[in-house]
Amino acid sequence: MTEEIIIAGFGGQGVLSMGKIMAYSGIMQDMEVSWMPSYGPEMRGGTANVTVILSEERISSPIIRVFDTAIILNQQSMDKFEKSVKPGGTLIYDGNGITRHPERKDITVYRIDAAEEATKLESTKTFNMIVLGGFLKVRPIIKLENVLKGLKKSLPERYHHMIPMNESALMRGMEIINRLN
Amino acid sequence: MEKELRLMKGNEALAEAAIRAGADGYFGYPITPQSEVMEYLMQEKPHERTGMVVLQAESEVAAINMVYGGAGCGKMVMTSSSSPGVSLKQEGITYIAGAELPCLIVNVVRGGPGLGTIQPAQSDYFQATKGGGHGDYNLIVLAPSSVQEMADFVELAFDLAFKYRNPAMILSDGAIGQMMEKVWLKPQKERNLKLPEWGTTGKTPGRERNIITSLDLNPAKQEQFNHKLQAKYREMEKNEVRYEEFQCDDAEYLFVAYGTSARVCQKAIQLARAEGIKVGLLRPITLFPFPKKIIHERAGQVKGILCVEMSAGQMVEDVRLAVNGLIPVEHWGRMGGIVPTPEEAVENLKSKIIGG
Amino acid sequence: MADNISIEEIIKPENLVYAKTGVMTDNITSYCPGCGHGTTHRIIAEIIEEMGIQSETIGVAPVGCSVLMYNFMDIDIQQAAHGRAPAVATAIKRLLPEKFVFTYQGDGDLAAIGTAETIHACNRGENILIVFINNGIYGMTGGQMAPTTLEGMKSSTSPYGRDVAMMGNPLKMTDIVATLPGTYYVTRQSVHKPGNVRKSKKAIRKALEYQKLNKGTCFIEIVSNCPSGWKMEPVESNEWMEKNMFPFYPLGDLKVPAE
Repeated sequence: MTEEIIIAGFGGQGVLSMGKIMAYSGIMQDMEVSWMPSYGPEMRGGTANVTVILSEERISSPIIRVFDTAIILNQQSMDKFEKSVKPGGTLIYDGNGITRHPERKDITVYRIDAAEEATKLESTKTFNMIVLGGFLKVRPIIKLENVLKGLKKSLPERYHHMIPMNESALMRGMEIINRLN
Repeated sequence: MEKELRLMKGNEALAEAAIRAGADGYFGYPITPQSEVMEYLMQEKPHERTGMVVLQAESEVAAINMVYGGAGCGKMVMTSSSSPGVSLKQEGITYIAGAELPCLIVNVVRGGPGLGTIQPAQSDYFQATKGGGHGDYNLIVLAPSSVQEMADFVELAFDLAFKYRNPAMILSDGAIGQMMEKVWLKPQKERNLKLPEWGTTGKTPGRERNIITSLDLNPAKQEQFNHKLQAKYREMEKNEVRYEEFQCDDAEYLFVAYGTSARVCQKAIQLARAEGIKVGLLRPITLFPFPKKIIHERAGQVKGILCVEMSAGQMVEDVRLAVNGLIPVEHWGRMGGIVPTPEEAVENLKSKIIGG
Repeated sequence: MADNISIEEIIKPENLVYAKTGVMTDNITSYCPGCGHGTTHRIIAEIIEEMGIQSETIGVAPVGCSVLMYNFMDIDIQQAAHGRAPAVATAIKRLLPEKFVFTYQGDGDLAAIGTAETIHACNRGENILIVFINNGIYGMTGGQMAPTTLEGMKSSTSPYGRDVAMMGNPLKMTDIVATLPGTYYVTRQSVHKPGNVRKSKKAIRKALEYQKLNKGTCFIEIVSNCPSGWKMEPVESNEWMEKNMFPFYPLGDLKVPAE
């Protein structure tokens, strides 16, 4: 089993750290993992994306053109990556700020209004955890317990008191994700 | 201490491995995409962990000359940079080679020429393997293709550097430096406080003074010295060639690629084999000494070779020399910071080798 | 009367007034007659012997006339790339902090191609001694204009005299480093007369003793002559130096530690 994922959005949305938690979680499940960010000026305020591969085998190329799953968090990324999902693959997107919704019929499309939910929870920092929860629900490759372990591993100890809040954000994400087709 | 499993960037893994290998000193200057090396080291306070000295120099030029000074004492010292910075270091590197000093230089390559880009490239192959600075000399050049190898090659590079009293280079690229993968870190090694007898550590009674220099104004002696260097390089070619093969045994075609390109080719092999194309990969791990012999042998078994590089075609020249006209050898690559995709590699295998 | 003294009489220990230090080798130096390099080498070697630190001293030689310093001083020496001696010395001292480390550099090496290394080593306050021989010219390559060449002074690349409008002004590197917080002791001396040799020797000894205190960089400029490069007889060159160099590069301490 190999899952090739792209997460794309604005810098500051927690794109890279969501990928990092996925990768850590994969390790907790004895998987091979790779995390390949776009780097450079793009990281500073512009768009940010990261390719995460989770696999039971040795990972070949960490840089790929097509993905099993795309997690899309802004319009620019929608324009760039909708076409990069493999036929039969999955696209998850946050509707906030999206003006052109996904059009492909050969992939499964999910919408998760995580930005809106995070605002409701008065905790914008949990945005990426809500999205991750949605992903876990529809692509149950990694178990929630391993994600929590991964979270613990990737967060510095001084932030460990925030784990329960992140856990409830993950749960909330699982609840609010909607299949559109 | 047991081996430890971590999720790290290539640059961080390299830095941590340097501490654990017992390195005595790191001297560097910030440049993307390798600044994490010094950032990580500063964060980790290696001076407290092992006594390792870490210093941010005023320039790449100063950093490599600090490496010269430390290596001249017989210490285990290193620097890291990316392409434009490594160009600046070339003066120091040729002096280090000429003074026969062991050290480690890391190049996390980005696209060029000039200031170029900050994205990954492999366009410094010539500079790394054919000298780089002036004079006839070679570095030992190791090309990691994973975060694990970024860590493992630190100790290997130091071992080879001290074995041959020769500078060693880890030739990586921005992709491997920036990506995170699982890495098994070796336990901490004690720093070696017993210094080799040739270093400048203070002339104690009963021994001749130790001189570190690359100068000999007598041409006859300078030629003799050059012969000695060449003999050393031939010895490396005999003993230190390293490479890895994937699915070569039944292969009708071959990719030759190193570093990130080799990872891309592994995926390309999966795609090609799904279409019934029997292709394998030979991945040089040492770019100097270059695995000429095995490439020549494999050329006798396959119909054609495609070299995939993130450059205009540099390593392909060495592959062609090794193949020596037996079969077609072509280059395909992307430049300027673009990483080739596996799909493109398969297309080019078809158009340049199979269809050709 | 002198005719009656035998050689055996003369070489009796009580008659010994001067001996060459064992820290100098027996190799003949490559310096021109009358040049200040030989004297400066000797006083450094004498201090190393007097302080008993031959086994603890590491020198760094530059590119320039003193590139072959390692042939003349019997200590461990690294020969650095042009201008890079302070960087080389930085690493040596940081990796072997118990040792005495000094660089020996000319004006082209220290004040032109190595400006950055000099300023930054001094600014970091590296616990090293920098000995700076300033003779206002590139001696080894045949008398070209140096960063310290005086206004109007002739050299092979300023054959009509240094025109500052076109070639820039002579650089007072010692004055610059004296302003840096990293330097502890900065002085400008010469070795053209016995009294000056004694003062220079005292300065070098002080600098090496300060090195034990880890207080920062000690920087000693020796204003020197270059009879060959200046195309003068040795005595004439010393007179010219006194008349022309010293007014622009006045001898004396620029920074002394507070007692």
